[in-house]
Amino acid sequence: MSETMMTKTERASLSLRSLYKKYGYLPYKMSKFEAYDLYVRNKDFLHSDGIITFNDTDGKLLALKPDVTLSIIKNGSDETAVQKVYYDENVYRISGETKQFKELKQVGLECIGEIGAYETYETVALAAASLAEISPAFVLDISHLGVLSGVLAGANLGSQFTRELTKRLASKNLHETKTLCAQFGVDEKTTENICAVLQAYGDMQTVLKKLTPVCENEESKAALTELTALYNALKDSPWANNIRFDFSVVNDMKYYNGIVFKGFVDGVCEGVLSGGRYDGLIARMGRKANAIGFAVYLDLLESTFSRVGVKVDVDTLVLYNEGTPMELIIQTVEQKQSEGKSVRVQRSETALRFGEKVDLRK
Amino acid sequence: MLNIALPKGRLGEKVYNAFEKAGFECPSIKENSRKLIFENAEKGVRYFWVKPSDVSIYVERGVADVGVCGKDILEEYQPDVYELLDLKTGVCRMAVAAKKGFYDDGANTLKVATKFVRCAKEFYAKRGRDIDVIKLNGSIEIAPILGLSDVIVDIVETGTTLKENDLEVVETVFPISARLIANKASFKFKTAAIEKLIASVDTLE
Repeated sequence: MSETMMTKTERASLSLRSLYKKYGYLPYKMSKFEAYDLYVRNKDFLHSDGIITFNDTDGKLLALKPDVTLSIIKNGSDETAVQKVYYDENVYRISGETKQFKELKQVGLECIGEIGAYETYETVALAAASLAEISPAFVLDISHLGVLSGVLAGANLGSQFTRELTKRLASKNLHETKTLCAQFGVDEKTTENICAVLQAYGDMQTVLKKLTPVCENEESKAALTELTALYNALKDSPWANNIRFDFSVVNDMKYYNGIVFKGFVDGVCEGVLSGGRYDGLIARMGRKANAIGFAVYLDLLESTFSRVGVKVDVDTLVLYNEGTPMELIIQTVEQKQSEGKSVRVQRSETALRFGEKVDLRK
Repeated sequence: MLNIALPKGRLGEKVYNAFEKAGFECPSIKENSRKLIFENAEKGVRYFWVKPSDVSIYVERGVADVGVCGKDILEEYQPDVYELLDLKTGVCRMAVAAKKGFYDDGANTLKVATKFVRCAKEFYAKRGRDIDVIKLNGSIEIAPILGLSDVIVDIVETGTTLKENDLEVVETVFPISARLIANKASFKFKTAAIEKLIASVDTLE
């Protein structure tokens, strides 16, 4: 396939796969169907209730895969020290306001095993490199769930408060965060710290400075250490200015822990990359390991970039009728094609956009 | 260029005036015309007027970087956007109202007429009350009078309309005011401009 014929999505998928391969990740091809059971047990992880189900010939309930990560975890084993895989798959989910099923293209990677500072760095750096492959104008927001849970740890506030607070953090809603804290009788110091976390976003170094006085207990201090290590590893990378800390990136704490991140590309109205550390999910699925990974949602690029730059549908339009000798049509087509042009033969002109027209009608 | 979606009507005009004072003016907007899009290239802003309930859609889809819309819309549609500021204008509340003297003994399914289906459902789900939602698009107040519903869930500003129809507020669901919202991706790439807008509007109060 020549470069010009590939869509933005195809090009991105190709370059991402070769990027992951360079770091020793192995391709993971999954089957289109999985037992429905797998998804139902981890429904919250999928962010979507809708799963397309159907019966296998023996009556077993199967599902068209709504997610890749769950399958990779299920099918891996704890025997090997580390499992590094990448995938390029279509998943099926309910999407958007119309609540219809959609086929979504996902490319991503998972690193399962013992995750240390290097593995975390490698995953984040690969996420940044993935975004850079798509567009030079990108931002990768990194958060650490330990910071918030550390700040909340002393206050003993319960899950309803955390749930409500997470919603407000995700929408950078400072005014309602304050009202919520007042409602739940959160002490002044903790309220102040929560607001400081919400307002700490942007340049990595600046955020680290702002967070130092906020992170007082062991858990938040450990999170800060992890973020600092990440900053030190990333500060000299070519994308240091594209990578930011931002605590409005929140993922379900049942599954995720530690570093979580989200990537944006200029011109696409929502995040195109999402990932993080998900030891919680691994534990729920009965494996003893750590895990970190991310997915890139390529279909989002298609809707944004595909219409740009296409001016003609075919280079040459050849028109013919009953009177045109067949040899002449064939000859014309072959000649135009040998000039490297695409040729379309039809009887009359339609809305099709063309570069030049050859009228062979007699 | 910062794209700003404003709700058509009094609230939008009020907010525009605040933005104007803050240095984001676009004089052509004040000329009486039927145009919907106004641009001031020098200041780097473009305003457009849209239906108030559509503002969040324009912002969520990134056509507008920021927008102004009521909390009622945010609660009803739950768009994935940043809610950056409470503009403390357009103040009113979402409330449950019923015919004067109405008493809910809890014995039957409560019939609720509303334009805000999700808000009504969530409010009653939290207390485990079984309800029958009747979605209306306007003149909600008429529903309890005609016996279409027991109560209504609607926006109440002064309560005059309710009073004139012999209705009264039973309880408040949540307070409403205009909020400044931003598209999450736009915020990443236009952080400085959006922060400047917030800072200048914030100090106005």
